[in-house]
Amino acid sequence: MPTMVGARVLRKEDPNLLIGSGTFVDDIQLTGTLHVGFARSTEAHAEIVSIDTSDAAALDGVLGVYTIDDFSDYGKVPGVPGMDRPVLAQGRVRFVGEPVAIVVAESAYIAADAAEQIYVEYNTLPAVMTPAAAMAEGAPVLHEAIGSNVLLDTPFAEDLADVFDNAPRTAVLDLHNNRVHAVPMETSAVLADWGRDKLTVWASTQVPHALRTTLSNYLGVAQSHCRVIQPDVGGGFGAKVQWYPELLMVPILSKWHNRPVKYVQTRSECFVMMCSGRDQRHHAEVAFDDDGKILGLRSMVIADVGGYPDVPTGLGLPTLTNWMASGCYAIPAIAAGHKIVATNKSMLSSYRGAGRPEATFMIERVLDLVADEAGIDPAEVRMRNFIPADAFPYKTPHAEVYYDSGDYAATLKVALELCDYETLKAQRDARNADPSQKLMGIGISAWCEIAAFGPRGALEGFGHIGSYETAQVKIQPDGSAIISTGAAPHGQGTVTTLAQIAADSLQMDIDKITVRYGDTDTVPQGVGTMGSRITAIAGQATQQASLKVVDSAKKIAAHKLEASVEDIELVDGHFSVAGTPSVSVSWAEVGWAGLSPTELPADLEAGCLDALVFAEATGFTFPNGAYICVVGIDRDTGAVEIEQLHLVDDCGTVINPLLAEGQVEGGVAQGIAQALFEEMIYSDEGQPLTSTLLDYLAPSACDVPEMTSIGRTTTVTPHNTLGAKGIGESGAIGSPPAVINAVVDALSGFGVKHVDMPATPQKVWNLMNNGQEG
Amino acid sequence: MNEEITVTVNGVRSTDQVEPRLLLVHYLREQRALTGTHVGCDTSNCGACTVHLDGQAVKSCTVLAVQAHDHEVTTIEGMADGDKLHPMQEGFRQCHGLQCGYCTPGMIMAASSLLDENPNPTEQEVRLGLEGNICRCTGYQKIVESVMWAAANG
Repeated sequence: MPTMVGARVLRKEDPNLLIGSGTFVDDIQLTGTLHVGFARSTEAHAEIVSIDTSDAAALDGVLGVYTIDDFSDYGKVPGVPGMDRPVLAQGRVRFVGEPVAIVVAESAYIAADAAEQIYVEYNTLPAVMTPAAAMAEGAPVLHEAIGSNVLLDTPFAEDLADVFDNAPRTAVLDLHNNRVHAVPMETSAVLADWGRDKLTVWASTQVPHALRTTLSNYLGVAQSHCRVIQPDVGGGFGAKVQWYPELLMVPILSKWHNRPVKYVQTRSECFVMMCSGRDQRHHAEVAFDDDGKILGLRSMVIADVGGYPDVPTGLGLPTLTNWMASGCYAIPAIAAGHKIVATNKSMLSSYRGAGRPEATFMIERVLDLVADEAGIDPAEVRMRNFIPADAFPYKTPHAEVYYDSGDYAATLKVALELCDYETLKAQRDARNADPSQKLMGIGISAWCEIAAFGPRGALEGFGHIGSYETAQVKIQPDGSAIISTGAAPHGQGTVTTLAQIAADSLQMDIDKITVRYGDTDTVPQGVGTMGSRITAIAGQATQQASLKVVDSAKKIAAHKLEASVEDIELVDGHFSVAGTPSVSVSWAEVGWAGLSPTELPADLEAGCLDALVFAEATGFTFPNGAYICVVGIDRDTGAVEIEQLHLVDDCGTVINPLLAEGQVEGGVAQGIAQALFEEMIYSDEGQPLTSTLLDYLAPSACDVPEMTSIGRTTTVTPHNTLGAKGIGESGAIGSPPAVINAVVDALSGFGVKHVDMPATPQKVWNLMNNGQEG
Repeated sequence: MNEEITVTVNGVRSTDQVEPRLLLVHYLREQRALTGTHVGCDTSNCGACTVHLDGQAVKSCTVLAVQAHDHEVTTIEGMADGDKLHPMQEGFRQCHGLQCGYCTPGMIMAASSLLDENPNPTEQEVRLGLEGNICRCTGYQKIVESVMWAAANG
């Protein structure tokens, strides 16, 4: 039987999805379902004077129109008192798109019609659209109970004045990590059916069990009577771990109307109602010597969280950013602080990478700045500052963060060889000296991140019951296996990955293994899919549960073969006595016996081939990589074209290289999109200008370049039994600085030291012609 | 006031009453129960709703159901021949051309139409040909490989 872990196994998920038999929330059509429409704020900041719902309520097919007063029996969206969010606007709106009223109707078309006929009178208040405006003296305060738009303020623990005062060189970099949107192809969708005996909620979520906990608490219904089903989910990228108001209200509407109720967001709604990501400003100062050796780093982060802070995920992001401020480098002294600021934008939370792309962008831009100032090659500066391979576990100087393993120099070396770095540099110098050719730039990003969330305590602070993930392996009477997991995949290929792991441990044909997830009534309590955690933690749970089952199975086999259990071997799905492979029993025979009391040894009971493991990682993992990007820039238009991309990852043990490549390629495309195309833009008055796919430049196939080469180095992690570190977010974390470093490199002849994302043709042209971005 | 339309979908002819404003995608999903065709935007940008109308790829969110009266529609559910996948479906399977699978039906319908027009495209022609379809998971690398696989094996 070929080894499955490490093989390019085709996905078990695909057959249904390829023929249109996937089941996404909107594909579930229950008889009598009602539909929801929202009236949403057209103002960024205003008092609500009046809401007139009478025309909407009078429409044929409308069953109800509700405002916040109708939800007085229910609380606010779970959050921090004083800055928590009502499920519908209460007296005041704080961003364009904030739901003000909700309609229930016989069809989605009628619900949309009715929502258009809800008239809201506003008393417009001044909007604050940047952290600077929000923090200015006399600025209008969004949350009066807090008394300031600065919701959290974590200053430097120490100012490192000695380090900076005595350093041979210092440099400063101010940058903005642009506000972007996850744009999962399936928007937020929820269907609730609150029958007489039970509430069932189908939701497009990444965390079904945590959603059940939240719903149960919010609605006052026992968890035994609250079932959350996560059907197929059309992408999440971190934006589907939050407690959106629609998730809380739709079940209530089902209860009130005694019918199933469905809400599927339009794309335009999704852009303003679903959380955006990133939007951090960094003020970074670096102290270094003439050899480019970094002596100290100060980084102050200002996070713009929009009208209401997402609790707890959104509020926690700058902490993750600061944890990773050190990047791959042995920086002896670091000071990192942050402010979290409310503005009149839509809400902010996790998006693929969630805090780590921001850190990576900062530190990788800083490394290039040091290289530039010290006159040393960017690759060489990195080599001089890397944490040495023999320094792991490595504790960063400023936080209780312990890097598990890595060989950063080895990873960068592979990338430099893949791209033929010295030849590229010669080409660049020749092209940039020849006005008839496009400008050329080379950008390096040697990054590491924090993944496999997490060890005990990592997620409890985010409202989760634990930081484990679960797998239950149950052998069926015919010897096949059903695995149930608390993982909540939505495109990652977890069904295939876990089946591969189980196939090896069980020595079973992978086609005889089924993986189930996403139903709180039938799968074990779990946490869900986020933070690049599933392969590492659910993978370990699957492996351990499989091996537990094998232990019992060997006892059954020993009983059948009248041999000692210590002598039983399991090879290719057959149990035999060591040295006598010709006499064996199969999984089918053992599986049947496992549920047949007459065939079991005295010390086993029916059902013994069933094991549940709650696996906990012993520490965070730190996947790393080295990405090298080559750009060409049109000297007349400023258009940036990615000419080459070389991607080397180290994610520890790889379960399925095909799926790992898919994760990297998808993440890199999102990172490129952040670097070159995407940004949530607001007018000065707070109107979102990029709230459709016409305006928000999510790239298509012709915008994303071919990935030139993909390489790999491997340092396993000691923190799980597989040695896997996780790779779901790597591409989105590592790629933006590679692109921007390349753009800055290409523009260095114009005296350009930094370009904020996205590096649009307009920005680049202005830098070439006017010396500034705008 | 409803209109009566007769539409052949995946070879099955049916006469239905529809609102004049009903979009073809909603007719297919709700009245014909063919939920493989998805909706991903409201501005005709994402292509998740792509189907074939008389053999041509169209975005079914930009066609009224009444415009399909007396026409033939093929959806993702009509692509396979029994258990045998259409070469484009097989290409996506072989090359890991899908992750969450939400854009996939539209992507397959657009890509198969592309190969009808240009059976041996270059990779760049595939990228340009799929400009109207957005995938957020794959980064397109393996989608392009899938289409090239289908071109070589179709």
